[in-house]
Amino acid sequence: MRFERKPALSPTSPGSGNPFFSMVGIRKSYPLGDESLEVLHGISLTLEKGEYLSVLGPSGSGKSTLMNIIGCLDTATSGEYILNGQRIEDMDEDDLAHLRNREIGFIFPNSELLPRLDALRNVELPLIYAGVTGRERTRRAKDMLARVGLTERMHHYPGQLSGGQQQRVAIARALVTHPTLLLADEPTGALDQKTGRQVMELFQQLNDEGNTIIMITHDTKIARRARRTVYIVDGEISESEGGVDDA
Amino acid sequence: MPNPFKALRASLSMLMENVRMSVTNIAQNRLRSALTVLGILIGVTAVIALITTVSAVSNSITSSFASMGAGTLNLSVTGSDLKTGLSAEDLEALASLDCVDGVTPSVTLRARVSRGGEYETNISVAGRNPYWFTVNEDAVTRGRALNVLDMEGMNFVCLIDQDMIDTFFYGEDPLSKTLYLSGLSFTVAGTYDADSDSSVTGMMSGTPDILIPYTTALKLNSTNEVTSLTLYLAAGWDSASATEVLESTLDQMFSYEEDCYEIVTMDSLESTMESMTSMMAALLGGIASIALLVGGIGIMNMMLTSVTERTTEIGLKKALGAKPRQIQAQFLIESFILSVSGGIIGTLIGIAVSFGLCRAMGAGFTVSKGAIALGVGFSAAVGIIFGWAPARKASRLNPIDALRRM
Ligand SMILES: Nc1ncnc2c1ncn2[C@@H]1O[C@H](COP(=O)(O)OP(=O)(O)OP(=O)(O)O)[C@@H](O)[C@H]1O
Ligand SMILES: [Mg+2]
Repeated sequence: MRFERKPALSPTSPGSGNPFFSMVGIRKSYPLGDESLEVLHGISLTLEKGEYLSVLGPSGSGKSTLMNIIGCLDTATSGEYILNGQRIEDMDEDDLAHLRNREIGFIFPNSELLPRLDALRNVELPLIYAGVTGRERTRRAKDMLARVGLTERMHHYPGQLSGGQQQRVAIARALVTHPTLLLADEPTGALDQKTGRQVMELFQQLNDEGNTIIMITHDTKIARRARRTVYIVDGEISESEGGVDDA
Repeated sequence: MPNPFKALRASLSMLMENVRMSVTNIAQNRLRSALTVLGILIGVTAVIALITTVSAVSNSITSSFASMGAGTLNLSVTGSDLKTGLSAEDLEALASLDCVDGVTPSVTLRARVSRGGEYETNISVAGRNPYWFTVNEDAVTRGRALNVLDMEGMNFVCLIDQDMIDTFFYGEDPLSKTLYLSGLSFTVAGTYDADSDSSVTGMMSGTPDILIPYTTALKLNSTNEVTSLTLYLAAGWDSASATEVLESTLDQMFSYEEDCYEIVTMDSLESTMESMTSMMAALLGGIASIALLVGGIGIMNMMLTSVTERTTEIGLKKALGAKPRQIQAQFLIESFILSVSGGIIGTLIGIAVSFGLCRAMGAGFTVSKGAIALGVGFSAAVGIIFGWAPARKASRLNPIDALRRM
């Protein structure tokens, strides 16, 4: 199954001026007393539609900080970031919320499902904020749960699901709005090896179907599953061609 | 392609989602929610019970006043240096006005009453004129009423009530017997029913045990001037226009000196009464709304705790695309639901309590729509006002900080 993409807010297609994903000279500093601490020292990164990128780096190197900026949860102190043809700088909170809803599918290390909602309602959540209503919303959420093989567990609460199942619900939730970009921070961090491998296989399939994925990890074995790997060390990015199972 | 219907449907559905999430959350923290609701409930119950009861009681008092005082004016005279009250001629002049059907002067005194070896002190005695007996036609139970001759002759005759009969004429026929009032001998001309006086002055001054001619009463008081009387209006006159006529006559009698008299109409009495009771209601309501304030603080406290506990949830929802105002709406709706459910239950209990109180006091009870609107409206306002700050706090949470806690 392939996901049709909604027309973007502004025209975009690789090569027609505005790139699909481009970061140029992204810096991020946090105020620390009277001074400020720079965590990202000018990150530049370009991505084609359909790419599968892993971001590797030691703890404290700035991976999560970068992910927050990519995920539009935060804005860079300076630099230029274009996602799906839209410039992210100087957007206000509402615009950023809209962008997160439409363009980004987040996958967190611990799934982060709402414990009081069943699997179906958890998957519906982003659609609620997208203004999708009624049967259409339920249908789309059900389709997506079927996609990750959880039709039977639709009405289970997170507490009644295994870690791997929870992570699959989280993946369904990330995919349900047909985002431009799947953004995963340590998606297998809380899983055992076998379940982790299953999730990685699912990622592989999603990528084969044309989804663009950025995965953050500090596990080189996991990173190797992506077609391309970049390293973040002390807030600097260094490119390195990876991908052993490049087909 | 902006479609207003689609937008409306979307925001309605958003509202429904928020209500659903709020209800889920309230149900999740059942005990805490119940205690918070209880705070509002007690406040609203107190406000509604007090205000409804006070207004019901005052309504029944006012309406009984109005039925008693219909078609009468009360005149009280303070007088000037030259003229301290109204003479018998003045009364006649007033009674002969077109707008006046008749007047009843009110002259009271206290006497030591004795007969044979029996005596009682401090008995209330009232002077009456013949017109009083035409107004209170059922007053005389035996014997005769006081007449014009009794007035002119300042006769020492009296009518006595059942108390006096029981005290001084037990087992005897009192008619034509002699009774001593402060040492003066009076002949009992009749007996009367003390509860028959239907006038407001009668009600307010209490019912006397003995009635004598008012001229005689004035003489016993060593005066010949009346300072308080009730005017019965002729048919077709209302108190406002009659007051005008009376004022011009009285101004003339008092040689246009100021502040010699006061005409008290039922309308003015009623409005005094009403302003008194509404002041009372406001005061009691004010005290009771302190309880409501405390309830509101309870809501705020619960909501603030809830925001802190649900930081991750808020951060996650923001990451999934919730706008600040959608988060704010969710928390506002939650405090609104808590508060209004307390308000509705409190209003019902308050009305029930008020019903019980009114029954106990014998006052007529009516449920006022105003009270219901007040209870529900007040609690809604409390929910929004005290939910505002926590909801705003939630909406302003930084999603990164919220998610970092994961
Ligand atoms: N709000 C902040 N204020 C100040 N410094 C911060 C803030 N957030 C992050 N930092 C700093 O930025 C640096 C990078 O943090 P980041 O969370 O991006 O690391 P990371 O690469 O994700 O590490 P890990 O693999 O452990 O998750 C750290 O040194 C951290 O202390
Ligand atoms: Mg991190």
